[in-house]
Amino acid sequence: MQEILQNLLNGIAVGAIYALIALGYTMVYGILKLINFAHGDVFMLGSFVGFYVGGYAARHLHTTGGALGWGYAGLVMLVAMVVCGLFGFLNERIAYRPLRNSPRIASLITAIGVSFLLEYGGQFVFGADPKRFPTLVAPHYIAFGGLSVTNYQIIVLVVAVIFMGLLQYIIYGTKFGRAMRAVSFNFETASLMGIPTDRVISMTFIIGSMLAAVAGILFGLSYPTINPLMGIMPGLKAFIAAVLGGIGNVPGAVVGGLIIGIIESFIGGSPLSGYKDAIAFIILIAILLFRPSGLFGKYQAEKV
Amino acid sequence: MANGNALLDARDVTIRFGGLTAVSHFNLGIQPHELVGLIGPNGAGKTTVFNMLTGVYKPTEGQIFVGGVSTHDFKPYQITALGMARTFQNIRLFKELSVLDNVKIGGHIHYKYSAAAAVLKTNRFHEAEEAAEHDAIELLKIFGLENRAGYYAKNLPYGDQRRLEIARALSAQPKLLLLDEPAAGLNDRETRDLLQTIRDIHKRFDIAILVIEHNMELVMELCERIVVLNFGKTIAQGTPGQVRENPVVIEAYLGEPAEAAGI
Repeated sequence: MQEILQNLLNGIAVGAIYALIALGYTMVYGILKLINFAHGDVFMLGSFVGFYVGGYAARHLHTTGGALGWGYAGLVMLVAMVVCGLFGFLNERIAYRPLRNSPRIASLITAIGVSFLLEYGGQFVFGADPKRFPTLVAPHYIAFGGLSVTNYQIIVLVVAVIFMGLLQYIIYGTKFGRAMRAVSFNFETASLMGIPTDRVISMTFIIGSMLAAVAGILFGLSYPTINPLMGIMPGLKAFIAAVLGGIGNVPGAVVGGLIIGIIESFIGGSPLSGYKDAIAFIILIAILLFRPSGLFGKYQAEKV
Repeated sequence: MANGNALLDARDVTIRFGGLTAVSHFNLGIQPHELVGLIGPNGAGKTTVFNMLTGVYKPTEGQIFVGGVSTHDFKPYQITALGMARTFQNIRLFKELSVLDNVKIGGHIHYKYSAAAAVLKTNRFHEAEEAAEHDAIELLKIFGLENRAGYYAKNLPYGDQRRLEIARALSAQPKLLLLDEPAAGLNDRETRDLLQTIRDIHKRFDIAILVIEHNMELVMELCERIVVLNFGKTIAQGTPGQVRENPVVIEAYLGEPAEAAGI
């Protein structure tokens, strides 16, 4: 029982990170029907911004081996969000917008290109060697009814929930969210109703990339070894999570992320742990075969 | 430059799709407060004209001015911002959104606040959202839909969906409203109600209206001026009386006897 709870807990903490990344996939897909394969690498970029900004702060604050503390940790996250938001904005403007009226495959291939650019450009700029993410807050264990919980897991969960709540509020409580929902329902009609579609798309990329930055920082906090290729696997897992939840569906991405995280955690604690990644992809194949619209997606007949 | 204070000025507008000339040398000026009808047999190019006016299609030749501004390089939402909004022949509501949200979306550009204001929930945000809510409810009241504000648009009966489309277009606060077959699929009673509603909003919001409609009774009764299209060409225009008696128009309705065509 205890082991089950422990796995569940670990799974939720990992799953929350997947969920944050999955939100970016699903939002962009919902609006542009584009799978932004560069999104996992934006997550990596977020981690690296955290690495440099956090490292800089640590050097100048003379925290010898200590932690930066909450204030600076928040600042590091903010800078990462701004940088990634800017990247997401430029990415769409430069790489995707000129192809908006081309066949969808063109943008998809461009997305893969941007992904490679970030991965190998990252190796070029940051160096290919793994880096140690600065300690943002001091780690400690909390014993909790026989379970071992780290404060990092709690931080991940709390921060993820805050940002998901914020996203939920933006989507359902503000005019920007209304515009996003309208654009994702029908691009052309929304434009004819006076919705500045280009701005809505930019905003979607900015928000999605900011969430990826948050995920990048939370990941760096929890698993402090980062490298320029680190975005590939979590990116793919988050993509699977988005598909599992029903791509284009915002709550679906969160549930999908948590499910993938939990499944992984249970497999990680079993003799099959070596097959962790393989099983995630088997899940993807199974969804695509048996329920391509995902858990919450609706079946949509292709318009003829 | 466009002429004087015309809300809309389409000059010699032509559009070709491949070898097919869908609309050729179309001219139309609309002054404030005018009620204009655009009629013609199926396939005459009426909706194509709407699509060019609203920026869905770019004319191959000719120029369109909305409020004196050439819309040639404009996207649809920029044209809407110039004061023109439309409805659709085949209803194109945001079906998965609430009735209220549909109307609020029409008013998107008129309620201004920044993303930061939204996240921080500043006063400006609250005021703008309250204004949006208030205006949307007021519009729904005109169409008798205020009790259904929370419904998904897709769950409204057909006639109400048509009315909601008009409400949504009005919430963009247009000076010129384009209605594409607003009476399509409505029964006689609903059509009469619609006629009354169009007259009401025409007066109340002091707007000009350009309407495409197959229901001749409605067009003749509503419009001050009618333009008749056939095979993409303007074959007649004038008052309802003039159009009704124009032999070219009667013939255009494909040899049908004038009574059968309702002319």
